[in-house]
Amino acid sequence: MTWYLVRRLGAAVVVLVALSAIVYALFYLAPGDPAVLACGKGCGGERLAATQQKLGLDDPVPVQYWHFLEGIVAGRDYSAGPDVDHCAAPCLGYSFQTDQPVTALLLDRLPVSASLAIGSEILALLLGTSAGLLSALRRGRLTERVMTGVTLLGFSTPVFLIGLVLLMVFCASLRWLPFPVYVPLTEDPVQWARNLLLPWISLALIQAAVYARISRVGTLETLLEDHIRTFRAYGLRERQVIRRHALRGALTPLITLTAVEVAQIMTAAVLTETMFGLPGIGKLTVEAVNSVDLPVVVGVTVLAGIVVVVANTVADLLHAAVDPRVRIT
Amino acid sequence: MSPVLRVRDLRARYGGAEAVRGVSFDLEPGRALGVVGESGSGKTTLALSLLRLAEGAEVTGEITVAGTDVLAASEPELRRLRGGRIAMVFQDPLSSLDPYLRVGDQIAEVYRAHTGASRKAAAAKAVEVLDRVGVPDAPRRARAHPHELSGGMRQRALIAMALALEPRVLVADEPTTALDVTVQAQILDLLADLRAATGMALLLVSHDVGVVAGSTDEVLVMHEGRAVEHGPVRTVLREPRDAYTRGLLAAVPRLDASRARSGRAPSGRAASGPAAADPAEPLLRVRDLRREFASGPRPRRRAVRAVDGVTFDVRSGETLGIVGESGSGKTTLARLLVRLLEPTSGTVAFAGRALSGLPERRLRPVRRDLQMVFQDPGASLNPRRTAGDAIAEPLRVQGERDPERTARTLMERVGLDPARYGDHPHAFSGGQRQRIGIARALALRPRLLVCDEPVTSLDVSTQAQVLDLLAELQDELGLTMVFVSHDLAVVRQVSDRVAVMRDGRIVELADADAVFAAPRHPYTRELLSSVPALDPGGLTADGR
Repeated sequence: MTWYLVRRLGAAVVVLVALSAIVYALFYLAPGDPAVLACGKGCGGERLAATQQKLGLDDPVPVQYWHFLEGIVAGRDYSAGPDVDHCAAPCLGYSFQTDQPVTALLLDRLPVSASLAIGSEILALLLGTSAGLLSALRRGRLTERVMTGVTLLGFSTPVFLIGLVLLMVFCASLRWLPFPVYVPLTEDPVQWARNLLLPWISLALIQAAVYARISRVGTLETLLEDHIRTFRAYGLRERQVIRRHALRGALTPLITLTAVEVAQIMTAAVLTETMFGLPGIGKLTVEAVNSVDLPVVVGVTVLAGIVVVVANTVADLLHAAVDPRVRIT
Repeated sequence: MSPVLRVRDLRARYGGAEAVRGVSFDLEPGRALGVVGESGSGKTTLALSLLRLAEGAEVTGEITVAGTDVLAASEPELRRLRGGRIAMVFQDPLSSLDPYLRVGDQIAEVYRAHTGASRKAAAAKAVEVLDRVGVPDAPRRARAHPHELSGGMRQRALIAMALALEPRVLVADEPTTALDVTVQAQILDLLADLRAATGMALLLVSHDVGVVAGSTDEVLVMHEGRAVEHGPVRTVLREPRDAYTRGLLAAVPRLDASRARSGRAPSGRAASGPAAADPAEPLLRVRDLRREFASGPRPRRRAVRAVDGVTFDVRSGETLGIVGESGSGKTTLARLLVRLLEPTSGTVAFAGRALSGLPERRLRPVRRDLQMVFQDPGASLNPRRTAGDAIAEPLRVQGERDPERTARTLMERVGLDPARYGDHPHAFSGGQRQRIGIARALALRPRLLVCDEPVTSLDVSTQAQVLDLLAELQDELGLTMVFVSHDLAVVRQVSDRVAVMRDGRIVELADADAVFAAPRHPYTRELLSSVPALDPGGLTADGR
């Protein structure tokens, strides 16, 4: 277990360093002078030179990258002449657009995306597994056909379409819900949930379709396994056979899937966040890419990497906890 | 005594196909009935029907278990019946237990469902029955998950589950097929003991006539859904009346039938071609061969020695049989011989040339001469390629001019219709698939053929045909063979010399007749005495 975590951590560091190097290289080697971007329009002469010096842009690229890594681990100082800006670790630099530290920007947006991702996944799991189980256990009946139809529809509808329809119906026409504004959970839990309800639903519908399919197939496959026959042969009630012996096997694959999905939504729910005006990571990414805000883009990428690695580790640990045959080594 | 199980004109139909076509028999308390037949004979459907477990089958006729009409029973009645009065033990003890739950909990759950006992009482009962079926350290093993137990222990656990409810009838469907012979012998003994102690009746279903012969009073031979013969074991085995039974019994490999007597001895011993250049030089020379695998969690990995210092020669034109139980290292050894695996240390020399350490480029010409036939013909053929392509592939790789034509000739040679060149493996039967595997191995006219359990997944009659084919081909092509199998009788039939493996070592290596008639190593003796005697009258090699 300890060994596993050590190894996982080592692997994570390698992945993140490689990831940041690729993104870093891509952006800094691309056409366009970062100094001009950082300094803003109409900037030239001495001011440009000062910016260049402050950001260390006159150093060779590998040295810049080394400073960047140093900043994450130990923090770094930006200085041009007398004034020194200390950027505490983990330092990802300052946004070209707003001059805010990237780390602060990310930490500011992360709760929004996490709320969106975790809420919608819980909803999706509830909807998806119940639909999947129902259609597996009512095989060949009307229920199954209806469920399959609904799932297919959910699976193939784009999120912006569902989102728009929900907004039009519940916010514009019926006025049951406000147009979503993000309210932090710590400020007002009720408003937090009310405002996030529609984004949750529109993301969950799509996810639920996937979960429904997987749990349906998983249940059907598990029901065909030999050990199910054993317990039927020993006179257990069908309900007990399913609850005690089929569900665990059927639903275990969902663990891994859910973890990956949470990571994805947290860092890439661009459409949903943009449509509902939620100030999350996805929206930040779009803004940063549009304005060539290089430090923010690099920061978002590193954060996405961390989230994915953490989510996968959690999935592995959960999987091992549920399935005694899986040993974490 | 009135029968505890009464079956009359039982028929089971899956859609249009009738799997069981009118079977009748009685089983009295304390008695044992064996049901034998090849795959597809309907024996498993028959067994499942007795508990109304044959899913998707339409079952008619009469089944009465301890006075209850099974086919007419209501759901609650059926639940009480299943396990309580008639219990079943299945073939594969790993997949028959829930992998997520502890063994003791599974037994306790079933016990509670029938008796309504408290959790504590049920847990105690589970330990008690596990102990009774001979699971050592039962309290600890009750807390184990199925994958933490050996195959034999898992099968004992399943039998314990049945035993907890004290059923009147135990239906065992191939209960020992997945087990090694020594373990099989223990499980069969256990079933006999329980039958004597509890007075329950046993219905033992098996493809293995030997298993049934030693453990039952009566035998019922099934063929294409019908009971073609039914009578006391001794009578049926000694004086079979039905032609099918006679064929089945003749096909069963016998421990006391040596290579010469089984008619599979090659006539001309002289191998043709350059292979016979120097008769004194063995074709294959194996010296102190070792192979280790890393096992267990890091950082405390252990090295497991699968093959642990093996030395032997294979002479040109002979067949060396290698027998051993699962985990003895015989498959690893087979793979080392054709260099599908690299040895950890030691050498394999083929025709005087060391194979170990040879780079793949220089190895390729030698590969022509070293071919392998694998165990599971279903799994070792690519399902997306046609049979003909599978055979032609090695020819193509080695740059043969007209691979397709040669492949067709080979198909004909191994008894397959060349017109089926374009058919995919799933369209062939198990025996035919193994013929494809053999044709593929022979395509390059190898000098050494290593067969790893080539007939294990086949029915006895098919098995006999494939063995005959191998003997013919060996004779005709002057092949040298290494024949790996867990089945002692099969090895005896095909081998000139036999090596017995245990824990990665060869414990005995001698002429086949010597090994079987006068085994020197105690382990060999144990193996031989574990093989179920085909003839309960005591005419077998080990004198039982």
